[in-house]
Amino acid sequence: MAEKVLLKGNEAIAEAAILSGCRYFFGYPITPQTEISAYMAKRMPKIGGVFLQAESEISACNMVYGAAAAGARVMTSSSSPGISLKAEAISYIAGADLPAVVVNIVRAGPGLGGIQPAQSDYHQATKGLGHGDYKMIVLAPSSVQEIINLTAEAFDLADFYRMPVMIIGDGMLGQMMEPVTFELPEGRKLPEKTWATNGTGMKREHNVVNSLYIKPDDLEKIVLERNKKYIQIQQDETKAETYCMEDAEYMITAYGSTARIAKNAVDELRDQGIKVGLVRPITLWPFPDETYKQYVGKVKAILSVEMSLGQMIDDVKLAVESKIPVHFYGRCGGNIPYPDEIIKKMKDIVGGIA
Amino acid sequence: MKQVFKKPHALCDVPLHYCPGCTHGIVHRLVAEVIDELGIEGKTVGIAPVGCSVFAYDYFNCDMVEAAHGRAPAVATGVKRTNQDNIVFTYQGDGDLAAIGTAETVHAAARGENITIIFINNAIYGMTGGQMAPTTLPGQVTQTSPYGRNTETQGFPIRVSEMLATLDGPAYIERVTVDTVKHINQAKKAIKKAFACQIEKKGFSLVEVVSTCPTNWGLSPEEAMNWLRDNMLPYYPLGVYCDKM
Repeated sequence: MAEKVLLKGNEAIAEAAILSGCRYFFGYPITPQTEISAYMAKRMPKIGGVFLQAESEISACNMVYGAAAAGARVMTSSSSPGISLKAEAISYIAGADLPAVVVNIVRAGPGLGGIQPAQSDYHQATKGLGHGDYKMIVLAPSSVQEIINLTAEAFDLADFYRMPVMIIGDGMLGQMMEPVTFELPEGRKLPEKTWATNGTGMKREHNVVNSLYIKPDDLEKIVLERNKKYIQIQQDETKAETYCMEDAEYMITAYGSTARIAKNAVDELRDQGIKVGLVRPITLWPFPDETYKQYVGKVKAILSVEMSLGQMIDDVKLAVESKIPVHFYGRCGGNIPYPDEIIKKMKDIVGGIA
Repeated sequence: MKQVFKKPHALCDVPLHYCPGCTHGIVHRLVAEVIDELGIEGKTVGIAPVGCSVFAYDYFNCDMVEAAHGRAPAVATGVKRTNQDNIVFTYQGDGDLAAIGTAETVHAAARGENITIIFINNAIYGMTGGQMAPTTLPGQVTQTSPYGRNTETQGFPIRVSEMLATLDGPAYIERVTVDTVKHINQAKKAIKKAFACQIEKKGFSLVEVVSTCPTNWGLSPEEAMNWLRDNMLPYYPLGVYCDKM
């Protein structure tokens, strides 16, 4: 069995990226993701990789675009306000069909907000971070071990589908230390990057990496073609965890570190005789609609717990087509919901007073 | 019969979309000739900007990447750091390089990033129809300075070559123009030196080409060349601003 080491979530992302073959990291300092940059700054020069601290998030993510175009496995990381700045390049990455991994260790907003954990960038991540018709795969780990597995998966997904993949965490997950092993899942068989702009060598036609199509019909064709990929991803790559759902009469749903807290609430409620379970989306896009749909007619109510004003709840309602009442409990501003608060809310729902 | 002139191999055999009298065509040719002469087409990667030269990716025969507005030096950095043996150049206008992309330009220069920038300064935003640029001259009439650039409210032009030459990072910076055969030959020498600078791993190189925009200046091609000589060159003096070659 592989050796267990104690690691912060942020450091785990960085090491898992390196183990996945990422040798190029472009970043910019922002709390609470700084450990990722610091780790990369230390490790990359020792393994022949590149760590570059850019002059801005905008620049860092455009460097990612360039490195991705050149065929590299490349990553950048930031936290909410910085992700807003990266949105430009992410749209170009999507529009030019380039693979790249972007990490968002979410902090509370809007504006400068705070530096404590939040999940208030859900809409931004899943509904279109930059401009244009595009999607980004969004992976939401809920433990440091899962961070490692999903980081490895993120690079494969990015290369396989030639698109940006986001790993979304929060300040709590990024700063939390847990014992982990680095047994990476077996990688996918990946296509060769014949499209990369790394010099023709005078042996092939010149490659062009581009997202500009002046003629509407040309652009529509490209966008529709790309959409086929998105439909495929929705079919093949959706992931969710269910916990105690076999006989559940009520469902709590939450993702990321909030799901860990919600699990405690599920255990406690079960001890008190309430049949409740948990559905935890692991992919926020594609959203695990089918997982939710199977509980229509089986559970009496759903409680969506989030560190936001309620963002994922929209997708939950759409998934069950509002055939199950969906309630909400959330904290924001950098506050974390306590199990007791979730338990109280669920009891109110069960007692018909919520 | 002896062939004395031909289209360089590094320039694709397609019609360019530029306006009559625009100097982009000349500069494209010079860059392509330099790529040919240095024998680097196979390892060159060009970065196209946003602006009139946005379609540069269709014109150069080497690998090309289209960048977001102003981000070409950052994109070039990503390409170059990934494959250090590639020769990476950006081709940018004044709005792209000296307004929205100022930070990317200054910091690529400050890092001594081993890339080459071809900077077209024609004192106007061409692609969007002739708005005031960071290099628009005091008093110059544009769509967004219809009464002439008022330096009290619209500030002063940026002299990019001089500004970047104050940094320790750059290895070679020269300002040239292409209004006469003599100047065109000098411009080609400068562009060749800039690429050579990169090949020899000396670091950041930039050639600023003082250029025309007859269409948006509202002048004929010939009048535009005269306007360039009378107005642009006094404000943007030609010469070498940094040379560590």
